[in-house]
Amino acid sequence: MTTESYYGRNIVKEPVWTPEIPLYFWTGGIAGASAVLHGVARLAGNEQLAKRSLFIGAVADAVSPVLLVKDLGRPERFLNMFRMFKVTSPMSVGSWILLVSGGASNTAAALELLDALAPVKRVAGAVSLVAGPPLATYTGALVANTSIPVWSEARDQLPWLFGASATATAGAAATVLTPVGSAGPARRAAVIGAVAEGLVMRAMRRRLGFVGEVYDQGAAGTNARVARACTTAGAGLLALAGRRPAAARAGGLLVLAGGLALRFAVFKAGFQSARDPRYTVVPQRERLHARGSGVRASGQ
Amino acid sequence: MSSVTYGADAKPRVGFFTDTTICIGCKACEVACKEWNLIPADGLNWTGESYDNTSQLDANSWRHVAFVEQRKPLKLDGEQAELDGQPEPLRWLMESDVCKHCTHAGCLDACPTGALFRTEFGTVVVQEDVCNGCGYCVPACPFGVIDKRHLPRSPQDAPLALPLLGAKEDGRVWKCTLCYDRLKDGHEPACAKACPTDSIQFGELDELRERAKARLERLEGEGWNGARLYGDDPNDGVGGFGAFFLLLDEPEVYGLPPDPVVPTRHLPRLWRTTALAAAGVLVGLATAFVGGDA
Repeated sequence: MTTESYYGRNIVKEPVWTPEIPLYFWTGGIAGASAVLHGVARLAGNEQLAKRSLFIGAVADAVSPVLLVKDLGRPERFLNMFRMFKVTSPMSVGSWILLVSGGASNTAAALELLDALAPVKRVAGAVSLVAGPPLATYTGALVANTSIPVWSEARDQLPWLFGASATATAGAAATVLTPVGSAGPARRAAVIGAVAEGLVMRAMRRRLGFVGEVYDQGAAGTNARVARACTTAGAGLLALAGRRPAAARAGGLLVLAGGLALRFAVFKAGFQSARDPRYTVVPQRERLHARGSGVRASGQ
Repeated sequence: MSSVTYGADAKPRVGFFTDTTICIGCKACEVACKEWNLIPADGLNWTGESYDNTSQLDANSWRHVAFVEQRKPLKLDGEQAELDGQPEPLRWLMESDVCKHCTHAGCLDACPTGALFRTEFGTVVVQEDVCNGCGYCVPACPFGVIDKRHLPRSPQDAPLALPLLGAKEDGRVWKCTLCYDRLKDGHEPACAKACPTDSIQFGELDELRERAKARLERLEGEGWNGARLYGDDPNDGVGGFGAFFLLLDEPEVYGLPPDPVVPTRHLPRLWRTTALAAAGVLVGLATAFVGGDA
């Protein structure tokens, strides 16, 4: 496919985000899905799993804003994120979701440790249960709502991909830290999430067509391959031998590593996609062609 | 738009019509912009790409003159075409690029802090005292215009990268303001003022669109090869540009996207997908509890 370009230069800019951002996509996903795991485990009467998910979620929720503030060009102005609530900006909506989720899960975790104010703890737990799922999926919308071809064109899949990976990694984290006798739901969550992630990834690649080839190349390709290998191996181990403590820990760690590599794959794919003007021009030309205005004669 | 926000204080929407057919590539616009807006120098680079050593719009270049050397005839008929009928026709295209000040601006929609705003003139401007450098506007822009000015990474970087502003002064995003300060005082932007051929024309957008249409008709009558307006259509993917162009080839030849669309156009559907996926996470995790604790 030959397209004209200006000395091969990029048209859209590469993102300016640092590696803290994909790291946050991972911790935010773990935090969001862990809050759900905690809430449902409480309802199901699985106290061991509930407590561990609560603490995992609280820690992930506490780490997340630190990562985000570190990425800012002017970290001392992080509070400006809360000057307004802006529904046209997934970054704004997400900041508020993280504030609510992190505040609630850390309140619940602190009260759990202190064994105090049980009604407040229950309310905080319920709030984090509600804020958890959007925390796990909005990051997909965040990257999809850009002009980066490989992100924008995957807007129907990215929230699902991140949600599936959040489910898998939260399940995996709980599997690693919970005695196997109580970790059944966590293991199953890791496997369900891993299977869903694989299916969504395939759907995304189908949707992307040639724009998706960046997932086979460079750093994005390496990360995508590592993600797939780790997640598949980890989920397989959990499904087949998850009742053995050593296998549960190894499987959980593999799924966690796979989730992290997946976020870096998506992150790096965005940079690679921005760099080559073909990915910007060809889909737009096809769009114009489909509208019947591909040959835009002078004027019109 | 601006009339809704500003009421009686709203001014007619202004912009640029950049007529590339009369650009001579002098770069007076780039220099005037840098001087007026106190934009730091960002190094002397020799690219070997015709006369273009600026390369692109970025945090430190708010006007950028593109130079394209082509083996194409300048005109399709008439006297010039006969000249160009020689075995090796050559034309040299020059285009002064700038922020498009979109009707539906991706950068503005994406900005979480409200640092980016729409002025009473209908232009899009960053408030440098509000921007916290989150960088979300950078990949949001369909044209790759807005950019983050990086903090010096090492002491050696500082003098070259930020001679005027000092070590701790940046990390925010920057782009053309359409000389908001000059507009406030009734002056035209520095680039338009400096342009010696009136390739850059400043004025009220409605009037500029009329002028551009007339100019295009004339060029078509004279048989100019590839003449077209870019960004003049209020029904395009960004609702029309506040700064639009008369080009002599496809937009991508100048490094411009052929069919730019503001990301926000897809956002309602994207939010629905996000909510559905969130419900999916809830259902998936609840399902995991079927089958008991072990």
